[in-house]
Amino acid sequence: MISTWLFGRMQRPVMAAAILLVALAVLVPVLHLSLPQSHALHVPTYIVALTGKYLTYALLALALDLVWGFCGILSLGHGAFFALGGYAMGMYLMRQIGTRGVYGDPILPDFMVFLNYKELPWFWYGFDHFWLAAIMIVAVPGLLAFVFGWFAFRSRVTGVYLSIITQALTYALMLAFFRNNMGFGGNNGLTDFKDILGFDIQADATRSALFAASALALAGGLVISSAIVGSKFGKVLVAVRDSESRVRFLGYRVEHVKLFVFVVSACMAGIAGALYVPQVGIINPGEFAPANSIEVVIWTAVGGRGTLVGPIIGALLVNGTKSFFTAALPELWLFVLGGLFIFVTVFMPKGIVGSLNDLRERGWFGRKRENRDKELPEESIQTAAAE
Amino acid sequence: MIRMNRLLCIAILILSAALAAGKASAQSADLKPLIAALAVGNFADREKAVAALAATGDPAAVPALNALAEGDLYAHKSDKAVVIAKKAPGRSFSLTDPLTGADLGTVNSREVSKVKVNNGLRRSIRTALAGLTLMSPDRNIRLTAADGIFKAGQADSIEALDAAIAAEQDAEVKTLMQEARAVAVLSSELPAEAKTEALDILALRGDRDALSVILGFRPSAGEELSAQTDAAIARIEGSLANWEAAQNIWYGISLGSVLLLAAIGLAITFGVMGVINMAHGEMVMLGAYTTFVVQEFIRNSAPALFDYSLAIALPLAFLVSASVGLCIERGIIRHLYGRPLETLLATWGLSLVLQQAVRTIFGPTNREVGNPEWMSGAFEIGHMTITYNRMWIILFSLLVFGVLLLVLRKTSFGLQMRAVTQNRAMAASMGIRTPWIDGLTFALGSGVAGLAGVALSQIDNVSPNLGQGYIIDSFMVVVFGGVGNLWGTFVGAMTLGVVNKFLEPYAGAVLGKILVLVFIILFIQKRPRGLFALKGRSVEA
Repeated sequence: MISTWLFGRMQRPVMAAAILLVALAVLVPVLHLSLPQSHALHVPTYIVALTGKYLTYALLALALDLVWGFCGILSLGHGAFFALGGYAMGMYLMRQIGTRGVYGDPILPDFMVFLNYKELPWFWYGFDHFWLAAIMIVAVPGLLAFVFGWFAFRSRVTGVYLSIITQALTYALMLAFFRNNMGFGGNNGLTDFKDILGFDIQADATRSALFAASALALAGGLVISSAIVGSKFGKVLVAVRDSESRVRFLGYRVEHVKLFVFVVSACMAGIAGALYVPQVGIINPGEFAPANSIEVVIWTAVGGRGTLVGPIIGALLVNGTKSFFTAALPELWLFVLGGLFIFVTVFMPKGIVGSLNDLRERGWFGRKRENRDKELPEESIQTAAAE
Repeated sequence: MIRMNRLLCIAILILSAALAAGKASAQSADLKPLIAALAVGNFADREKAVAALAATGDPAAVPALNALAEGDLYAHKSDKAVVIAKKAPGRSFSLTDPLTGADLGTVNSREVSKVKVNNGLRRSIRTALAGLTLMSPDRNIRLTAADGIFKAGQADSIEALDAAIAAEQDAEVKTLMQEARAVAVLSSELPAEAKTEALDILALRGDRDALSVILGFRPSAGEELSAQTDAAIARIEGSLANWEAAQNIWYGISLGSVLLLAAIGLAITFGVMGVINMAHGEMVMLGAYTTFVVQEFIRNSAPALFDYSLAIALPLAFLVSASVGLCIERGIIRHLYGRPLETLLATWGLSLVLQQAVRTIFGPTNREVGNPEWMSGAFEIGHMTITYNRMWIILFSLLVFGVLLLVLRKTSFGLQMRAVTQNRAMAASMGIRTPWIDGLTFALGSGVAGLAGVALSQIDNVSPNLGQGYIIDSFMVVVFGGVGNLWGTFVGAMTLGVVNKFLEPYAGAVLGKILVLVFIILFIQKRPRGLFALKGRSVEA
């Protein structure tokens, strides 16, 4: 029954994307580990690490799309949930270092010894257990989203105001985490990780496993999101996006709908952050920077908000371009990013996937097909424009 | 003894300045026989010589008197010429002339003999010295001398001070002398009434120096004075707390005026078009860079105009930012009306492009923008320091605010703008060309940001990231203050500025800022449309 709920209403492109991700989760580690380096199909280490990182970004973009694309809540603070998940993972990884740190303290991480901590702060207790860290990775962002959303949606803070206070949230968290006496490593953050679950974090096998975990997490995120969006609840969700007052007058508790999807989205972002940290080997307060959160919005907008595959494509595409430009033409990257943002919002408000859907509806790809992706119909844009 | 040395050193410092003025050479001829008289005769003769020196009132005599009191004054055995001698390596002395300070080389210690002093003589020397400095015709010398005594606070300077106070005409110097006398009284053996009076004088002065003097006096106050001492301490601490609060309010207003400048343009565009312009910070940055370019130009071609550089930069910065703003509106934002969230994204993209463009043209490092003469320096009101640049920025922000208020209230453009803010559709059907108003409003808001940039270039680093630092704070101000009402922005900016500065001493700068952010988040829950919410049909959009 659960499987019916999960996969029953899944659209074909989403299904294809999920299957592709699962296939990648198997294939890339195999190609990376079993083939010799000289082999043409060998996947080098840096590609595994880089694409693994992109996949966590894609999960973050998907999480944002769930609230923005389907519920109309433009969160400019989703990076905060991502970073909180990352910090929870980072705390676990710090505790795993044990006596191998520079100061060799069995309990205290290096930065605490350096900052003259005498004992572990209470919120670090238990982070040497993976299960607790795993719970925290989901629970902390989820709880923050619940409290924040409960207040904000109940007070009917909407539109630009909501965007600005989410931004204030992540900005405040960034300032807080920059403080040395918060107990999270100050501006250096948490780094110098040694191993995860007993495996060397630098080893090829571990990297491959992390890549696979990221791909599977993304596939899982896709399945859950499509289940939410495809359900009756999903219809209410889209209705809230398109006309909040009307849904409220019809008797739905709009704030509950928003709160649920906001919390789910925050948990997804937390998981993405937790998978991101071991792959890049550091988490610092810079991840909370408002600019990072806005960049996530770019990925989603470029790929196509209101579609499930769109944000994934957007995240991979924008980050791939970013990696290329920052290596080859670093001067130009901000021009490209900024230009992309302007271009997409002005000329492709539905993003790549949305525009492709439009073209398909007009019969550009062979016979005219029934419109399957109704996520962001023309009408909703017009409604938005009327506002 | 050490204290006295310090006092004498201060006197020497003051007087060497006077010597440098060149008076010395004219008068030293008269002093020479008097100084020579110091080395001859017995103590009584010497006392007469000191008195004669003091009677000249000539500061050039001070080094010789100092040296005599310190036991550094020597006379040549051969010709009785008086010199200041310092011990040099070996059994020799290095000599200097007591009047001109000129180096006279080193001699064997056997060639000179010390001019002897006793305690009685030392006392008359000190009186003479105090007379020379405290009675000096130069007001600054008197002030510094009194200040020196205030810091050293020796009981034996009371007599000299009494004489100086009686003769003093200048009120400020007189007050300082009385305060110095109070410090001296506290360290003397005078009866309790005199000390009570001294405590009152010091409490009236009410600054940290007075407080530390009284705190130092507290252990030796004795039973009868302890109550008065505590009262004086409480009084000073109370007045210090008040001044500190005043200073904090001033800092808060200063921060608030900066926020006001940065946010007011944003408030205009936000109010009319319902969109937060993320590139607003970059408009501020463009204004700052315009100032830089203007100053560069002036430095290279007309350095005399440097003091007017800001006045020249203001209209130019307004024009630059306004025209860029107009281009943005016509080129991008026009296509996005009714989609406020997407405008936010497009303008963010634009801000990245503008930042990178400025970085490419001017380089990534800070550019130097100088303060004109009239903007540097500071003055004091009571125990409060006010820097000129902050003061001018406050006045400037108020001016900008007032002018904008007038534009909105009294011009037909302002009327149309307010109409569009309140109800776009109705305004359009009444014949207002809303696209035209949108364009002009955006240009106006951007232009004001440019003006803000000129002001901020005076207190902040001019770098491509200048705007980024202000944009989030500006959002907070606008969201907190509410839309469509400039007074909301004003109250929002000032409140946030003052609250921030009051939190800082207790919570630290960063935590204070975090608290302010949390406060805004909570405040928005209570009033989702800000402090001064626009009422009417357009609200539930």
